[in-house]
Amino acid sequence: MSCQEIRVSLDAYIDGELDVTTTLQLESHLSECDSCRRIYERYRQLHDSVRNEIRYFAAPKRLEDRIRGSVRPAGRDQNRSIWGIWFLGWRGWAIAGSVIVLAVFGTLLFQMTGRTAASEMLAEEVVSSHIRSLMANHLSDVISTDQHTVKPWFSGKLDFAPVVKDLSSKGFPLAGGRLDYIDSRPAAALVYKRHQHTINLFLWPTSESNSNPYKATIKGFNILHWTQSHMAYWAVSDLNAEELIEFAHDLEM
Amino acid sequence: MLEKIWNKKPTQQVEQDRSRVFETTVLPYISSGYNLARWLTRNEQDAEDALQEASLRAWRAFDTFQPGRNGRAWFMAIVRNTCRTLRGQKQGREVEMEFEDDSQVADSWLDPEALLIREANLQLVHQALEELPFEYREIIVLRELEELSYKEIAKIVDIPLGTVMSRLSRARRELYARLCDAGGEITR
Repeated sequence: MSCQEIRVSLDAYIDGELDVTTTLQLESHLSECDSCRRIYERYRQLHDSVRNEIRYFAAPKRLEDRIRGSVRPAGRDQNRSIWGIWFLGWRGWAIAGSVIVLAVFGTLLFQMTGRTAASEMLAEEVVSSHIRSLMANHLSDVISTDQHTVKPWFSGKLDFAPVVKDLSSKGFPLAGGRLDYIDSRPAAALVYKRHQHTINLFLWPTSESNSNPYKATIKGFNILHWTQSHMAYWAVSDLNAEELIEFAHDLEM
Repeated sequence: MLEKIWNKKPTQQVEQDRSRVFETTVLPYISSGYNLARWLTRNEQDAEDALQEASLRAWRAFDTFQPGRNGRAWFMAIVRNTCRTLRGQKQGREVEMEFEDDSQVADSWLDPEALLIREANLQLVHQALEELPFEYREIIVLRELEELSYKEIAKIVDIPLGTVMSRLSRARRELYARLCDAGGEITR
C-alpha cells in the first residue's frame, strides 16, 4: 500500500470496517513507515477526543410519552363511540365509566366531522325504512320462512349475496325478505320475528373493517349496528335491547 | 354470551399485535431518532416536530416493515428523510453551505508537523459540527454517536457502501479542520 492509500483508509481502519487483508497490509505499512504511523496516531487521538465531546441529545420524556400515546390503536374506539351509541365492548359495563370519558372526548374531537353526521343520518334512515315497511304493509317481497327460498330470491336483484340464516331454533323465525334502498345503494332487508315483534335486518357491502356492535335508540326503536366480513349490518326493532343483542349474537354464531 | 362475537373480530387483534410489535421494534429508538433529528434540525422544537412526524410515518408504513429486520435502521431512515423534508420546506430561511460529495478538504493540518488540538472542547465541537453541511452532520452523528456500522449507514442514508467510507472520511476531516481553525492551535 502506498502512503496515499493508507491515508484514505485510516477512517475505515479506526472504525474497524476494513476487511482482514487490507487491515493486515495497513498494519504492516504502519510498522514500517514512521510518517504514516505518526499521522495515524494523531488522527486516532483527534478522533477519540472529538468523539467524546459530541453531545448526545436524549429525547424529552414528554415527547416519548406523546409518541407512545399516538400509536396505540385506541383511536378507533374513540371514533366509533361518537354518535351517542353505547359501545358494548367485551369489557362490558365494568369499563362503562372510561367509555363515557372516551365518548365525551370523542364527541368533543369529532363533533363536527362528517362521519358523525353520516352515521346519525344512516341510523335515522334505517329506522325510517323500518317504520315504512310496517306502515305500508310492505314488509316482504318474498314471504318465506325458508332461507333457501329467501336467499335465491335476491340473486339478480342485488350485486351481492346476502347471508340468510334461519334462526327459528333460537326463537327468531325468518319471515321473509325485500329489497330496500339505503345509504344511496340497494340493500337487502331480511325480516325476522320474535313473538309479536318484527326485526328488520338491513345489510349491504362496505369497505369498512369489522367492528363491534353499537347500540342506539331512535324514536323508541332499538338499533344495533356492526360490520362483519365487509358487510354493514343494521338491526332495527321495537324488541327490547337485550333480545336484539341476543338476535345479533345468534346471527353471528 | 356476547363474548363470542368479539372474539371473532380479527382486525382488532391484528391491530393490537401490530401495536405491540411496533412498541418493541421501533419505539426503543425514540432517543436515537431524537438525537439525530436534533443534530439535523439544529433546534429543539424542529427536532420534536420531526420526530413526531417520523413516528407517525413509521406507524402508518409499519405494514411494509418485515419482521426480523433492523427496526433501528428502518426508523432512523424515516427520521432522516423527515428531517430532509422539513429542511426543504425551510430552505430560503437559512443559508447552508453547498454540499458536494467530492469536495476536497485540505488536509495540510494532518501534516505531522502541525500541532494537534490539545483539548477538544464541547462548545467548539458543538459549533463546528452544527456548521457542517447536512450530509456531513448526519454521517458523523450516525457513526460517532449511534455507532452504526457502515452497512447500516449506507441503508439509512441510501448511498453505496463506498460512498459511506469516503463521505465519512471527508466529514471528519472537514470537522477536524474547522476545530483546528477555531482553536487557533494549528500552525501551518
